[in-house]
Amino acid sequence: MSIYADHAATTAMSGAAIEAMTRCMKEEYGNPSSLYRMGQRAKETLERAREEIAGVIGAEPGEIYFTSGGSEADNQAIRSAALTGRKKGKNHILSTAFEHHAVLHTLEALKAEGFEVTLLDVHSDGIVRPEEAEAAIRPETCLVTVMTANNEIGTIQPIREIGEICRKKGVVFHTDAVQAVGHLDVNVQRDRIDMLSASAHKFHGPKGVGFLYVRKGIPLLPLIHGGAQEKGKRAGTENLPGIVGMAAALKEATAGREAEAARLTALRDRLIRGLAEIPHSALNGDAKRRLPGNVSFCFEGIEGESLLLLLDEKGISASSGSACTSGSLDPSHVLLAIGRVHDVAHGSLRLTLGRENTPEDVEAIISATKDVVGYLRSFSPVWRDLQSGKTPFIL
Amino acid sequence: MALYSEKVMDHFLHPRNVGVIEDADAVGEVGNAKCGDIMKMYLKIEDDTIRDVKFETFGCGSAIASSSMATEMIKGKPVSEAMKLTNKAVTEALDGLPAHKIHCSVLAEEAIQSALEDYRRRQGQSGEKQ
Repeated sequence: MSIYADHAATTAMSGAAIEAMTRCMKEEYGNPSSLYRMGQRAKETLERAREEIAGVIGAEPGEIYFTSGGSEADNQAIRSAALTGRKKGKNHILSTAFEHHAVLHTLEALKAEGFEVTLLDVHSDGIVRPEEAEAAIRPETCLVTVMTANNEIGTIQPIREIGEICRKKGVVFHTDAVQAVGHLDVNVQRDRIDMLSASAHKFHGPKGVGFLYVRKGIPLLPLIHGGAQEKGKRAGTENLPGIVGMAAALKEATAGREAEAARLTALRDRLIRGLAEIPHSALNGDAKRRLPGNVSFCFEGIEGESLLLLLDEKGISASSGSACTSGSLDPSHVLLAIGRVHDVAHGSLRLTLGRENTPEDVEAIISATKDVVGYLRSFSPVWRDLQSGKTPFIL
Repeated sequence: MALYSEKVMDHFLHPRNVGVIEDADAVGEVGNAKCGDIMKMYLKIEDDTIRDVKFETFGCGSAIASSSMATEMIKGKPVSEAMKLTNKAVTEALDGLPAHKIHCSVLAEEAIQSALEDYRRRQGQSGEKQ
């Protein structure tokens, strides 16, 4: 048995993307900056990909900048908005406590450079309150950055409301939409988004490529200096095969998006119901306002890494926010941000369903997780103390 | 490269000496749930020799494997020898641990030391009674 349930980490390449990339690598190895016909053909291919991607999110082609992925797009958007703001004497940035590290660590770096950062509470349901965002915006706020959907607990943020508030107040609004593009209906015009980051490998495209949308009129500073590619905003010969693969994957994901979202939502809800049968467990984040494939649970009395390794033995690939899987002593900042205490956050499991998963997969995951949680609890001193009443249950 | 050695995976997937000794002569518990690791060791000691040992662990794969290996290394050994068990010996017996997992072997050493201290404490108390 082999069940891949970690689609928030990465996804299998779509056949259409592989085909488009292979054709591009074989036939279009010209440099889009070259003047001869071969180069210009590559340039046309590049611009066609840009048009396709722009069309999907309601942008103009000239508003799309290709990057090496989501992290680069986040870094460039945030740093650019911050430095542009500073020129106008604005040095305050508003974000949330459970952003991806590509955002949070960029904000940390900017704090060291003198910026002030406010992180909004994401509440126990994992959702930012627009009115709290509005109240936290100050005259010196130069940027609001709130993710579209969280990568660990999948909760979907009220982006449109926050976008409207920012537009009204004249503050640049960036959203890390890495988990959302290709899976949710993302529209930069409707949602008043000024900057948006996306990554191809989260929607069955290749790794190492993504894009940054920047609304016309919003200044953009380069992160990588060099040649005049991407209107001088992102130097370096374009990763044309990657870009072509990204466009093909996004086109495919968009065409089947609504049907796939409905299918995954049904699988997700069945998985949540099944795992909730495990005593002293809890779903992380709002049950409905979450990505179609995202299920995140905490199980009291066990530790997440051993849970993952035992699921792997049963052929199931999943993820956890435990300290041992994060490579630090603290469990996931996302779980702590929604108020999970350390003891419980260590016992977390993230299952993210996608294109290849079937109802049978979901039943197998439920059964395997029940077995493994029961087994680990059978020799957990924490579970013994909880059961004997020596320490009170939290969940 | 795999995350863990074959030895670690073997002890994680098939842990030795798992469980509880109800009438244990000594019990030691170290770590805390906040940090994500707790080990509890139960010892049955006769004639200053560890006749039986069981463990319970809340923790990651290497914590479970370290507990299992440590119990195997002291079972049947004189108390004086068990006292000398080091985390380094446990790590070596497991064919190594990733750098950020060494603390799991430290915890195993400390769990055994803690149980042996409990044994000495109980011995001292019974000695006083006599």
